Order: sequence, then C-alpha cells, then structure tokens
Amino acid sequence: MDTPASSGSIVVQDLWKIFSRKSGISFSSSDTEDDSLVEQLDKSDDAVVAMKGVSFTVKEGETFIIMGLSGSGKSTLIRCLLRLVEPTSGDIIVNGKNVTAMSKSELVAFRRENIAMVFQHYGLLPHRTVLDNVGFGLKLRGEEKEAYRKKALGALEMVGLKGWEKYHPAALSGGMRQRVGIARALVMDAPILLMDEPFSGLDPLIRRELQDEMIRLQKEMKKTVFFVTHDLSEALRMGDRMAVMKHGEIVQIGSPDEVIANPADEYVARFVQDEREQLERTEQALAKEKQGKEAAPHVS
Amino acid sequence: MFPEALQAHIAPAVNDFINGLIEAYTPFFDSVAGGILTVLITINDFLVIVPWWGYILAVGILSWYSSKKIVASLILASLPYFIGMFGLWPMAIESLSVIITSVLLALIIGLPMGVLMAEVKSVAFVLRPLLDGMQTMPSFVYLIPAMMLFGLGKVPAVFATLIYALPPVIRLTALGLNQVPKPVEEAALAYGATRWQLIKEVRLPLAMPSILAGVNQTTMMALAMVVISSMIGARGLGQEVLVSINRIDVGRGFEAGMSVVFLAIVIDRLTQNLAKKWEPPKR
Repeated sequence: MDTPASSGSIVVQDLWKIFSRKSGISFSSSDTEDDSLVEQLDKSDDAVVAMKGVSFTVKEGETFIIMGLSGSGKSTLIRCLLRLVEPTSGDIIVNGKNVTAMSKSELVAFRRENIAMVFQHYGLLPHRTVLDNVGFGLKLRGEEKEAYRKKALGALEMVGLKGWEKYHPAALSGGMRQRVGIARALVMDAPILLMDEPFSGLDPLIRRELQDEMIRLQKEMKKTVFFVTHDLSEALRMGDRMAVMKHGEIVQIGSPDEVIANPADEYVARFVQDEREQLERTEQALAKEKQGKEAAPHVS
Repeated sequence: MFPEALQAHIAPAVNDFINGLIEAYTPFFDSVAGGILTVLITINDFLVIVPWWGYILAVGILSWYSSKKIVASLILASLPYFIGMFGLWPMAIESLSVIITSVLLALIIGLPMGVLMAEVKSVAFVLRPLLDGMQTMPSFVYLIPAMMLFGLGKVPAVFATLIYALPPVIRLTALGLNQVPKPVEEAALAYGATRWQLIKEVRLPLAMPSILAGVNQTTMMALAMVVISSMIGARGLGQEVLVSINRIDVGRGFEAGMSVVFLAIVIDRLTQNLAKKWEPPKR
C-alpha cells in the first residue's frame, strides 16, 4: 500500500489524567505539576488520578502491550491516544502529529485516517448487518456504499467470516463478533491498531484462536499495534515490548522476557509469578512426555 | 388554616396576559388556526374518500404484515366494523382526523425537541418541569384559553390535544437517545464520527424502538383527549359521549364509548407492531 506503512509511531510524554467526581471541578495542566496537590487529590473522594505522568514510545511496526490490573489506568491511557478521554496534561504525538493540540475537526480527520480501534465489548451496531458494520468506518469517512462494501467483504474474508456478511451481530458468538470488530479495524487500512482487551471476554480456546489469527495477520500487515490486556500469557504471546502499569504509573517497560526474568518491583513480580510457575510446570510436563514418545506433536 | 394575610394571586396577571395575547396577536392566532384547519380539512377529505371496507382491509393487511398473526389480524380488522354497526362511522372519522393532525404536529415539534433535550443539558433542565406541567395540568384549564385564542371547534381541540400529547414523544425520544450503549457510541467516535453522524447513524436508529413507543403513547393520549375536547365543540365520538351523558342515555353512551375503545385498540396494536419491526434483528 501507499504511505501509511511508513508511519506508525506513538510518542507519549508525561501524560496525566485526573477525573473529577464532583461536577463543576475541572483540572488544568498546571495542577499536575503540583506534587502535593496530586497526592491530596489521590486520597480525596473528589477526584481520581487515573494516570500519573505516563511516558513511553511505541516504534513503528511493533506490538506494544500495556498490562495491568483493572483500575491501573490502562483503559484511560488507550482512550487518551484517540482523545476519547481528554488527557489533563501531557503530549501525545502520533506519526509526528501532536494529537493533544488538535482541534475538533482535525481530531475527526485524524481518527478516520490514522488509527483503528478494537474494543473489549465489540461496539458493533445491532441494527446493521455484519457487512455494514465492517464498512462503518469507511462510511463515516464518506466512501460510497459500493466501494466500502467491497472492501468490507475482503476484510471479512481475511478474518474468516466469509458467508456471514448478511447476518446481524446478535446472531454471532462472542468470538465471531470480535472477528467482525477486527475486520472493521483492518478495513480502515490505518497504520496504527489500538486493541483494548479485545479477547478478555472470550473463552480460552477462542481467545487463543484469535490471538493466533492476530499474530498471523500482523505478520502480513506489520502495523503498529497498541494492545491493552490484563492477561500476562497474552502479553507474552503477542508482544514485542510491554509496559506494566500500576496505579496510573508505568512501573516497568521492556521485552516480555526481560519483564519475566527481572521484575522491577514486587508488584510486577507477583504479576509474573503464575507465569513462571506455569512455565516450569510445562517444561516438566514436556520433559516427561518426551521420555514417553519420540517427539511430541506440538501446535504453536 | 393558611393565614389570609399571606394570600396573593397570580390569576389577574394570567387573565391580563391572555387578554393581551388576544388583543395583540389575534391575526397571528387566526393564521395559525387557518393553517391547522387546512391540515385538518385535507386529512378529513382523504379519510372520507376511503370507503368503509377500505379501512377494514387496511387494518387487516397492516396488522398481518407487521405481526404475521392471522387470528389477531382478523379480530383487529373486525373492530372498525362494529363502529359502523353502531352508526358512529362519520363521528369516528371526524375524531380520527383530529387525532392524526395532532399526532403529526406532535411529531414535527416533539422529535427535534427530544433530540435537543438529549443533546443539550440545559434544555433538558428547562423542559422537564414544563413537560411535567403539561401532562398533569387539568386539561380544562387550557381548554378555555385555547377556545379564546382559536375559537370553537376542532382547531382548539387540536391545540389542546397537542399540549396533552406532546410530552411522551419528547420524553421517550430523549430517553431512547440517552440509552444507547456507551461502547457502541465510543466505537463510532473512535472511527471518526462527527456529532451529527453519531446522532444520525448510531443514536437515532438505536433509539427508534423507544421513539416509536413515544409515538404510540402520544397517539393514545390524543385519543383520550377526544372526549374532553368535545366540550369546546369538536364534533366526533366525544360529542356522542357528551350528548348521551346530558340525556342520561346509558346505552348510547356505551356504544360511543366502545367505539372510542375500538379505535384506540386498532391504533395501539398497529403502532406497537410497527415499532417492533424497528427493533434490532435477533438474527
């Protein structure tokens, strides 16, 4: 394809988000510079400090994972990248463009061209067919029915839903709905893909299937993927690099192997503990099995 | 008892206001009345052209098309026949023309108001108590000024019906728009929907069942006003009821009352079934 493939970097600098619980209070960027005020707000019931000075860089073409428990601020972070949630302060630079400084109309254009998003709860339109759901983003962009339906059909084929285009989302299982969600994102041909816990609501087998599917698609497309999850094994399978979030801060950034091998603090250590134990157990089991058979048939 | 010293009245002010309105804006109200009357007459002319069996056929076909239930459709189609059997056909048609005119006006005014109410918080803040007032104010209270402004007959009836029947369509439109699931809205925004696109492509279609429930409610309330508005000279089924009450003719009153009920059932079932057609498909 043309230009998009060459641009897909995300730079986030000192991003803050303070949610106000009382109506009428709002926070300005200067508030976040005052450490004692932030601490006070964090403890009070009037505000929630969801992100505290988050900074990172996502390189073009890599899969970057944000991991953390619920309430750690990862959902807020991914929404800030599109300004679905307005950050209180900080800068977001995508493809060299400053997202935080954009006007409303620039923002709409930016969302249409640069980024496509996949949601945990799918966000499909119940009154439209699968085909028109996939083409929805293109339609918003102003493309003609003929054109967007044709592209949508192609995208549906890519995610293995050929033949389902005339159905409505209600007729589909969770896994299939998320395939529709992925197709809707792919068809936009945007350089960056945001995924907000896309597989969290699915059962383990389907989850694995879709993870494999994403890995396969990613090999072909080489998009920049920004992936939020609370599932460490998912992070390990999908991610090139990962960041662990806790209470609105990033506590560690590194490759998944690094994080498992050298957890930065106790929180990360507890996070990866299960995974380490499981690794050991799997290794033992595999070793046992190897003793039994010549070579274990293994599907990855 | 409430101390007499604390009594104060706004009645003179209201009287002055209405009198001032009549003095200053009579041409305006006359032209409004003329406009409503034109719509009424056009609709009535059309309703009169259709033969009686045309209604029965139309009700049957519409009902079958929207519900696919044969027995229910047959029963529904037979109801207009009973109205004719009682000799109340012309009155029913006259009532119907008032109802249709009121509902049309209610939709033209109410739908945009509902959208506005859902979109703009301050509008909702002002509108909510106003709607409450419109629904609970005894209708006789505004029947009199309506008559003073628009004269006797069907036009003040339409106006009074409008005041009574407008709130549900506004309320349920706003409710439907506000009930759209957040993830769906968020997804549309993420893909670059403008505010107008969000309303047109996502919120309105998803709110459609609720909006149509509002249309149904509005129609039912308009029907309830049919009898009351006969007191200001709107002819139709209501007048029949009124006359029977005055003559203490229980039987005649019953026939007229049953006719109102039949009319209500037919309109209610048809609009409800059509509303169901708009719900998002399960398959």
